[in-house]
Amino acid sequence: MKVTGTAIKFGDNIDTDVILPGKYLVLINPRDLAKHAMEGLDPAFPEKAAQGVIVVGGKNFGCGSSREQAPLALKYAGVKCVIAESFARIFFRNAINIGLPAIECKGISAAVDNGDGVVVDLEAGKVQNVTKGKTLQAPKLPPFIVEILADGGLIENLRKRLKKK
Amino acid sequence: MNITEKILAKASGKTSVRPGEIVEANVDMVMVHDLTGPLAVEAFRRIGMEKVWDNQKAVVILDHQVPAESVKVAELHKMMRQFAKEQGIRLYDVGKGGICHQVMPEKGHVLPSTVIVGADSHTCTYGAFGAFATGIGSTEAAAVFATGRIWLKVPSAIRVNVEGKFRKYTAPKDLILHVIGKLGAGGAIYKSVEFTGSTIREMSVAGRMTLCNMTVEMGAKNGIVEPDETTRDFLKGRTTKPLAPFESLKSDADAAYEKVVDIDVADLGSQVACPAQVDNVKPASELSNVTLDQAFIGSCTNGRIEDLRAAAEILKGRQVKDGVRTLVIPASQEVYRQALNEGLIEIFTDAGALVCGSTCGPCLGGHIGLLAPGETCVSTSNRNFIGRMGSTQANVYLASPATVAASAVTGHITDPQELEASKA
Repeated sequence: MKVTGTAIKFGDNIDTDVILPGKYLVLINPRDLAKHAMEGLDPAFPEKAAQGVIVVGGKNFGCGSSREQAPLALKYAGVKCVIAESFARIFFRNAINIGLPAIECKGISAAVDNGDGVVVDLEAGKVQNVTKGKTLQAPKLPPFIVEILADGGLIENLRKRLKKK
Repeated sequence: MNITEKILAKASGKTSVRPGEIVEANVDMVMVHDLTGPLAVEAFRRIGMEKVWDNQKAVVILDHQVPAESVKVAELHKMMRQFAKEQGIRLYDVGKGGICHQVMPEKGHVLPSTVIVGADSHTCTYGAFGAFATGIGSTEAAAVFATGRIWLKVPSAIRVNVEGKFRKYTAPKDLILHVIGKLGAGGAIYKSVEFTGSTIREMSVAGRMTLCNMTVEMGAKNGIVEPDETTRDFLKGRTTKPLAPFESLKSDADAAYEKVVDIDVADLGSQVACPAQVDNVKPASELSNVTLDQAFIGSCTNGRIEDLRAAAEILKGRQVKDGVRTLVIPASQEVYRQALNEGLIEIFTDAGALVCGSTCGPCLGGHIGLLAPGETCVSTSNRNFIGRMGSTQANVYLASPATVAASAVTGHITDPQELEASKA
């Protein structure tokens, strides 16, 4: 499973309140959520992300609230994958569960600039900066997580597993 | 093994587990609220199952935006009521409960040694009762509704050993802010934070809840305290279920910890987390230049009766400063009732504070008490992120109930010790 996009970089401790402010949690349609993605830091983000981007974060990306609306807003705004030095655990699980690839990769902040082309091989854990011709090796995701992503999210994965039973 | 490992081993049918191991645990209780529940219900419908795996092990609590402040929210509440009714799930409606993390233990849904997941990041609060409790998202809550199980990576652990007696006006909130400042906002990512030591043994359930509640602000998977007689006393009359023997809920003497942090609270003063990260912690006494527009006493971190007493002790016979609107929000109906009995509501009202019905309120900027651009609030809640309480151009400072009350009186951030000293 490979994902491709241009990089948009953020710093450390990007919290879910800036990814999707609390006042929008009453919105149920993910397309409405997407209009407010990253509003706390960059209200123009949805416009920039529309063509398909890879978000590159620093340490502790997605800290704070358990709101799944945060990764949902990113996904529907056009984010193909989030790569970070490290993730807050609930954000990481939420991203996987809604089918937004998230991969932890040490050194990613230094290896990527805004606008670089990035290709991620999720099974192999390889993160390639095609603009700079650099490749980083991230710890591989466990196979069951890759399977959830390949199925499009936890619900689809669960439906498949329940059917097999 | 430590207590967290013991609980996870039992829940996954194993004799032992090690950090890093992925286990499939049986869930004893799952909770969703009005802002995470609707997405969970939608996801549950997509799974295609008619009934949740066990309707006695699921709870719905309406707390984030109650009473409904818009038609949109009223629709979400209606959706949750219908789901709870159709599934036979216990729902705590407006006026019957309060903030989820207060209601869950009050109503006997949190028991030592159990595994609890909740679609709210502060679910880690229940570690105060010797439960393994952690926050999850809505889709995952739907999967738990369907299967009663969840995969978990066994966390490595940090032990925070606390000794010494708190000075007057210094509280568990000051301790946890100090710990977060020390370890950092990402200092416990994926990890368990276990609180031990004589200070914890002597601490009330309320204080232990404040500590465990904010472990997520360091990235922790769970916070935990070994259950003891204090735990047993709190649970008395709240549950009819037999309690697991507490002797088996102690960390072994040779339990492994990634790190041990020793803290003596005897010299700890009032602490404040400055904008816009919870680990940006400074002594209250150094922040007297911060002038305020709003003060908030409440939330799942500090809306309990002990917190209201601490605030009332400061506010009794005083007035909140003109220009500092002060909101007091008891964490639950039970807390509200007790505050009425003890005359605290009268003290707050006389001081010029507004007492609101139990809700998360301003904490997450959903409704009630939002901030305008350029405004500053001192709050007993748990997060001071950009835009957390309304405008992205507002500032939020986090502190203890006593510090917030003292600051409401003076109009700027104030160490309660200094306010008391000025009286004498």
